[in-house]
Amino acid sequence: MAAIAAKDEQAAPSGRKGGPLPLLALPLGWMLVFYLIPLALLLVHAFWSVDYLTIDRTFTLENIKAVFTVAPYPAVLIRTLLMAAAVTLTDIAIAFPISWWLAKKVTSHRELLLMLVVFPLWSSYLVRAFAWKTILGTNGILNSFLQTTGITSEPISAFLYSKTGMYITFCHVWLPFMILPLYTILDRLPDTLLEASGDLGGNGWKTFLRVILPLSLPGLLAGSVSVFSLTMGDYITPSLIGGSPGTELIGGIVADQFGVANNWPLGAALILPILAIVIGLLLVANRFGALGRDER
Amino acid sequence: MNIANAIPEPMPAGPKGRKPVWLTVASIITFLFLYLPLVVVVLYSFSATKVNAWPIKGYTLDWYRELFQDEDIWDAVRFSTFIGIVAASIAVVLGTLTAYALDRYRFRGKPLIRFAIGMPIVLPGIVTGVALLAFFTGVLGLNLSRWTIIIGHATFCTVLIVNNVAARLSQLPRSLDEASADLGATPLTTFRRITFPLIRPAIVAGAILAFTLSFDEIVVTFFLTGREKTLPLLIWGRLRRGISPEINAAATVIILVSLVLVLASYWFTRKSETN
Repeated sequence: MAAIAAKDEQAAPSGRKGGPLPLLALPLGWMLVFYLIPLALLLVHAFWSVDYLTIDRTFTLENIKAVFTVAPYPAVLIRTLLMAAAVTLTDIAIAFPISWWLAKKVTSHRELLLMLVVFPLWSSYLVRAFAWKTILGTNGILNSFLQTTGITSEPISAFLYSKTGMYITFCHVWLPFMILPLYTILDRLPDTLLEASGDLGGNGWKTFLRVILPLSLPGLLAGSVSVFSLTMGDYITPSLIGGSPGTELIGGIVADQFGVANNWPLGAALILPILAIVIGLLLVANRFGALGRDER
Repeated sequence: MNIANAIPEPMPAGPKGRKPVWLTVASIITFLFLYLPLVVVVLYSFSATKVNAWPIKGYTLDWYRELFQDEDIWDAVRFSTFIGIVAASIAVVLGTLTAYALDRYRFRGKPLIRFAIGMPIVLPGIVTGVALLAFFTGVLGLNLSRWTIIIGHATFCTVLIVNNVAARLSQLPRSLDEASADLGATPLTTFRRITFPLIRPAIVAGAILAFTLSFDEIVVTFFLTGREKTLPLLIWGRLRRGISPEINAAATVIILVSLVLVLASYWFTRKSETN
């Protein structure tokens, strides 16, 4: 693989005087042809319609209207937003203590612990999602645990094929995406600031609310955009853990339109709100410097 | 873009305050939460009964025997490996070129280029998937094949190489380039003899991550796949008929392979930083 890179670099008429364009032509051309143009064309689909099996390319706003008026789309959209918001807030709450602990309290084996946080991200998402099916099932671990501890007397079937089940699974699979940026920003937070706050009479809570929280905002936002966006677009977890009526999320409906339902224009129209919300979040995050880490 | 490197680099440890017990307890519970599903999958892959009930009644290696005799699984593994290697190779070329241009040249629009390269992993995967599906089959009139999957994977893997290589390039002193030029080397020779050997471990580390991401990917792949199935798609299809212990055995093998790959990538990153 390395050899290919070397060969290609040689092929490009490099040299700092020539400007970066010869080097960038290939990667930017690739992104343009295989990402930006397809994305633009997808959005155009939203303004077309389907006539039996062919796509009618006359401009129409019917699909866009349908997204906000025809059942079940508005309800699904709201459900997806609420789910994404709940998962994001929960992951913030879970990620804060462990990120703080890793950044400020751990004195030994920090690298190993960080690897432990990151590893689930690189192990198959599908595997981690379906594991929850085993845990949440009627005879699964959660129910057995609840019964042996006497919290419930009968198995609860509502964990699996439900919003609760999806919520737990989402919180789990996206958690490292929240911990990582949060840890990174807390790690850079100078200890002297915290001492200063303490010296000026700020107690633990005050220091957290007035110093730590505002300064960790870029990390929180970066993590939130990832978690929110991943939840908004997912259709695998809903298909494995959801699946009963009233648990559909927008990702699954979009996937159907590009699959069995075969209505690409409607599918594209359903993607528009997802894209609008995610891009809106990105802009907010960017304002607060959450994406600035890329600059190095 | 938070998955730039396998592991973020810890800052040198500063003076540490006291450790509140609740913080340690909360962190340990979080680790348990992160690893519970992985442990469950591994445990049930040895379960003697077909039903995934707790507690596990007995243990067996039968599912692994069945797994290794399953021709469909092997076909899928070979297919996914091929996709991963080709997609990672393309990403290496695209990513290294981008990282080198971003590091060595001054020009406007750098944040825009970084954003464009990172878009496929910032926006939901389903967007990439359906956009490419509509593009390949609707606009270009192509059939879906292994090549449509490879193009999709290379597109979202490139950012991993860019981030890994750019991080390494920014650590290299410019004096190396200048010394090489002073000794009469052309820019090309300087890259081949000086820069490339220094960034090679970072490229390899990024390539391994790209392969891992490609090997496990399902959200984009689902829309771009033709007749042949990648391993995650095969497993997903079978899951719809219920979880068999054989699937748990397959998942355990996937977890192990991912672990080895992540450790290898980490090792190359470390190597790149110490030489």
